[in-house]
Amino acid sequence: MKVPPPIAMLAELTHRCPLSCPYCSNPLDLARKEQELPTHVWADAFRQAADLGVLQLHLSGGEPAARRDLTELVAAARAAGLYTNLITSAIGLTERRLQDLDEAGLDHVQLSLQGTDAEMADYIGGYKGGFKRKMQAAEWIGELGIPLTLNTVLHRKNLHQLPQAIEMAMDMGARRIEVAIVQFHGWALKNRDSLMPTKEQADTASKIVAEARKRLEGRLVLDYVPADYHSNAPKRCMGGWGMVGLNIAPDGHVLPCHAAQTIPQLTFERIGETPLKDIWYHSAAFNAYRGDAWMQEPCRSCEFKGRDFGGCRCQAMALAGDAAATDPVCSKSPLHHKVKALVDNQDVVEDLTFRAAAAP
Amino acid sequence: MTLPAASIPVIPRGVRLHHDKVRNQWVLLAPERTISLDPIGHAILLEIDGTRTFETIARTLADKYDAPLDQITSDVGEYLHGLMIRRIMDVAT
Ligand code: SF4
Ligand code: SF4
Repeated sequence: MKVPPPIAMLAELTHRCPLSCPYCSNPLDLARKEQELPTHVWADAFRQAADLGVLQLHLSGGEPAARRDLTELVAAARAAGLYTNLITSAIGLTERRLQDLDEAGLDHVQLSLQGTDAEMADYIGGYKGGFKRKMQAAEWIGELGIPLTLNTVLHRKNLHQLPQAIEMAMDMGARRIEVAIVQFHGWALKNRDSLMPTKEQADTASKIVAEARKRLEGRLVLDYVPADYHSNAPKRCMGGWGMVGLNIAPDGHVLPCHAAQTIPQLTFERIGETPLKDIWYHSAAFNAYRGDAWMQEPCRSCEFKGRDFGGCRCQAMALAGDAAATDPVCSKSPLHHKVKALVDNQDVVEDLTFRAAAAP
Repeated sequence: MTLPAASIPVIPRGVRLHHDKVRNQWVLLAPERTISLDPIGHAILLEIDGTRTFETIARTLADKYDAPLDQITSDVGEYLHGLMIRRIMDVAT
C-alpha cells in the first residue's frame, strides 16, 4: 500500500506537570526528567518532521511550560517551517514568558480547562490556585493577541458545566473550543467508573453542542469528541494508524499514537537513533496496523473497514486483550455487551485516583 | 451566500499561507486544520491583503481570468464565507 507522508506531530516535551488530572492520557509509567530529550534533539526532530511532510506541530506534555527551553523549542519549530501550537494548562506561563513565546513565533495556544470555576477546576486539576493562574494567563494571551482555543475534557463530575465552558470561550475571545468527552486511556482508564458520563449526560452534551454550533456560527467553532463507550460505532482512530500523524514521547520513542505503548508486542524506535523518515515508512510498529491485512473478523469482511479502520487499536488491547481485535465499542464486536454494561453501571461513585507527579 | 461588496476580508493571525514542498501544493495552515488549496483557492487568497474590498477582489479576479463578474462574485463569496464560518477568515469593518 502507498503510505502518505504525515501531516501532524505531537511532541510530548515532558511528562512533568503541576496538575494531576485523573483523566490524563499520559502513560501510568511517567518519564522522568533525566530521560527527557535535550533541546538540540528536539530541534533536529522538528527539522526531520518538516522534511518528511509534517505541517502542524503540537507541543504538549505533561505541561510543556515545565521545560525551561520552551521558547527555544518554539523558535526551532518555526524555523523548521512548522505551524506551532502549544497545548498547555498555562500554569508556569508568566506574562514575560508569553511575550517571549509570542516573539519566537508561536502560532496558537490551546488552553485546557478542568472546570469553569475555581472549586471544580482546582479539584479536578488537583492544584489549589490553578484556576486563578489560568484565568490570568488567558488574559495575557488575549492581550498579546495569540489565537486561542479552549479545550475542555468533560466527564461525569463536570459535564454540567458545558454551557458555562462555551460562554467562557466566548468571553476569552477564543475562536474555537474543543469539547471532548473523556476517552479511556492512560490515567482515565484507571478512573473509568467514576468518570463515565451517564447516558443522559452524553445525550445532553450532544444537544448543547449542536445548539451552540448553530447559535455561534461564524463566531466560535466547536469541535466535539462524543462519549466513546456510549456509541455503537467506533471512532476513526487517529485517521488511520500511521496514516496522518505521529507522537514523540519525552524520552524520544516515536509512537503511532499516544497510547501505543500499551500494546506489549510492539517495539518503538527512538528519535536521534533512527531517522524519522525510516521510522515512519519502514518501522514494524508503524506498519503493524496499516491497511487491512491485519484485521480479524468481523472487521475483515465489513463494509465499514475503510471508514473506521476497525476502531482504536489501544482500546481493542485494553478491552479485548488483543490489539488486532474489533474495537469493542462496535456493536458487531462479540464483547460489545461488556462496554454497554460499563455505561449502564452508573451506581459506582468512587473516589478519583489523581495522576502521579512525574519525578522531577 | 455572498459578502457585502464593501467588506474587507482579512486573513487573521494564526492562519498562514504556506507552500508545502513535500506535496508540492499551497496550503492554508490554521488551528487544527490544514486546508489544501487548488490553484483557484490559492489565487483568491493571494488577492487578500487586508485592505482591499470584496468587490475589488472579485473584479481583479474576473479581469485576470477573463470570467463574468457575477459568476466570480458568487464563487469567491461562497469560498470566503466557507472559511469565515470556520473562523479561518475574518472581515474588517
Ligand atoms: S491532562 Fe492534566 S495532568 Fe495530564 S498533562 Fe494535561 S494538564 Fe497535565
Ligand atoms: S466490524 Fe470493524 S470495520 Fe465494521 S464497523 Fe465494526 S469496527 Fe468498523
